[in-house]
Amino acid sequence: MTMNAVRRFFSLIEGPQTIGHGRPFWLGFALVVAVALVFPAFADGYTVGNTVYFLNSVFIALGLCLIWGYVGVLSFGQTAFFGIAGYSYAVLTINVGTAYGFTFAALALSVLAAALFATILGYFLFFSRINGVFLGIVTLSVTLVLERFMAQTSGPEWKIGTARLNGTNGINTMPPLTLPWSGGDFVFYPDPPLYYLVLALLLIVYLCLRILLNSRFGNVLVAIRENPERAEMLGYDIRKYQLGAFVIGAALAGLSGALYTAWGQYITPSSMGMTAAALPIVWVAVGGRSDITAAAIGTFIVLAVFQALTIYGNQYALVVMGALLVLTVLFMPDGLILSGAAKLGRITQTLRHRRSL
Amino acid sequence: METGYLAFAMVMQFADAFAFLVLAACGLAIVFGMMGIVNLAHGEFIMCGAYVTVAAVHAGVPLPLAIAIGAIASALAGMVVEFACIRHLYGRPLDSIVLTWGISLVVTQTTLITLGSNMPSIGTPYGSFAVGPYSYSVYRLVLFGSALAVLAGLYIVFNWTRFGIAARATMQVPHMAAASGLDTRRIYSWTFAIGAGLAGLAGGLYAPTMTLVPTMGTSFMTEAFVTVVVGGADVILGTAPAAAILAIIKAGMTYWKGQLFGQIGLLIAVIVVIRILPKGISGFLTRQ
Repeated sequence: MTMNAVRRFFSLIEGPQTIGHGRPFWLGFALVVAVALVFPAFADGYTVGNTVYFLNSVFIALGLCLIWGYVGVLSFGQTAFFGIAGYSYAVLTINVGTAYGFTFAALALSVLAAALFATILGYFLFFSRINGVFLGIVTLSVTLVLERFMAQTSGPEWKIGTARLNGTNGINTMPPLTLPWSGGDFVFYPDPPLYYLVLALLLIVYLCLRILLNSRFGNVLVAIRENPERAEMLGYDIRKYQLGAFVIGAALAGLSGALYTAWGQYITPSSMGMTAAALPIVWVAVGGRSDITAAAIGTFIVLAVFQALTIYGNQYALVVMGALLVLTVLFMPDGLILSGAAKLGRITQTLRHRRSL
Repeated sequence: METGYLAFAMVMQFADAFAFLVLAACGLAIVFGMMGIVNLAHGEFIMCGAYVTVAAVHAGVPLPLAIAIGAIASALAGMVVEFACIRHLYGRPLDSIVLTWGISLVVTQTTLITLGSNMPSIGTPYGSFAVGPYSYSVYRLVLFGSALAVLAGLYIVFNWTRFGIAARATMQVPHMAAASGLDTRRIYSWTFAIGAGLAGLAGGLYAPTMTLVPTMGTSFMTEAFVTVVVGGADVILGTAPAAAILAIIKAGMTYWKGQLFGQIGLLIAVIVVIRILPKGISGFLTRQ
């Protein structure tokens, strides 16, 4: 009975749209999760807090991977949703406070705000049947204009309730995530409890995305990417599917933004600027945009490299990121992880072939 | 009389917006129309033109010549980029776009590292004139004149020269053009260089009016994008009318609420326009 349930669960999270299946992959997966669970016990506080930032960033990468890699829609403005959710969290929590665990409601509402904005924007884009290039530049323009808009809100007249928007300085007075507890409030600072919270969220999102992508919905998305006309001829209203995926991707970007704001207790307009918008593209392209596992791993690795380089200065790290993007597109269009995995696959196959001879 | 002065102020506002949209967008539009690539490093070519122009002026070169040098420097940079990267990605336009973003990142940050966060700017030349109570910089007329000159120049190049005919043939049916003996790769590479050169020209022209920072290209991008999206693939039939229509919106919104709202107005206009004309104005004008 339970065996059957397990089997059914695995049949949901495995399928042609995601790499990784069978015992070896899931054993490896369990190992990674186990390492992630014990990691805080062996790391100092700063590293744990920093890792939370990495984990936060994976959500926006997964969202971009979904919309870019699976549906073939170039959304260059994921940071717009990141910023909207970040600012929403700030404004909501500053106005309402932390009572009754409201910060968690604010988190959900911020994600909702990003999703709502994406629904309106996406309606105009997809129902006009905008093709790849134009969609990319319209979404990029949206995030650039949002940045410019927030950057000019430094005057005292720019406030929502009690929250001043502060122009380019951004907001930094919002509370972190807070749970009411019997012995006083429990506050999620960037330390192990927040780490476990975000890790759990990430695992849930990752598995849900696997289920979604291997479902009928996911198959249609990939069909649209491969050939939109054919998908349409088969009777699917591709606009609705594209819009659906776009909104989910935006919600994930929003989750990143709200969590980031709660984590660092600050959000600035530059989080929606040209450079900020380029980074998720780098993570996902380098990791491998056509698979969520590859994109997630890639994001983690690229972020680690980026941070290791920032000790030489942020500019140098960004030069490397740009160069990495250029080289990936030129020489490894499938991304590092996927190309690497394919190479490994070929090697094991040759070995197996030799053994069978 | 008072309304006359105000009307003139509005016309000047429109001329400013029109010049900015045309100059910011034409380089981008040419490359997009020809190759289907939206060059996200377009802003960096603009920045390159502006920096070279200002450096030349500091070295004692008169401004018009300095602007020409800036444009040529950008065109050369464009040729290098085309030769090193873009050429290998023909047939993968979406990947080329992502690649140009990487180039943009590298160029912006390298400029920041090597030249610092800003460069001493040059003042706006040629003085000013007054109409009624309002005074205007003469340079604003220079910019408007330059925009018209660029459009006229492009019209001549694309309609009256051998290169223009070859370019239009390549744009319409590339393999047919190649089959009739045209070296389409060379045409692509020249187009990319011209696009970069026009970006450099825009940078050079606006250099006296702006603060020079490595990220200055970004401030042209929204306008350039919007104009190309509304205009569509054709520079003369698309970019020019799109710029004229958008300039009215931008000038009106700017007059009413300020620079930023001009930009927001543009963005909302573009999102609404593509709902009605998905292929842009040129697609609408040339539809069969």
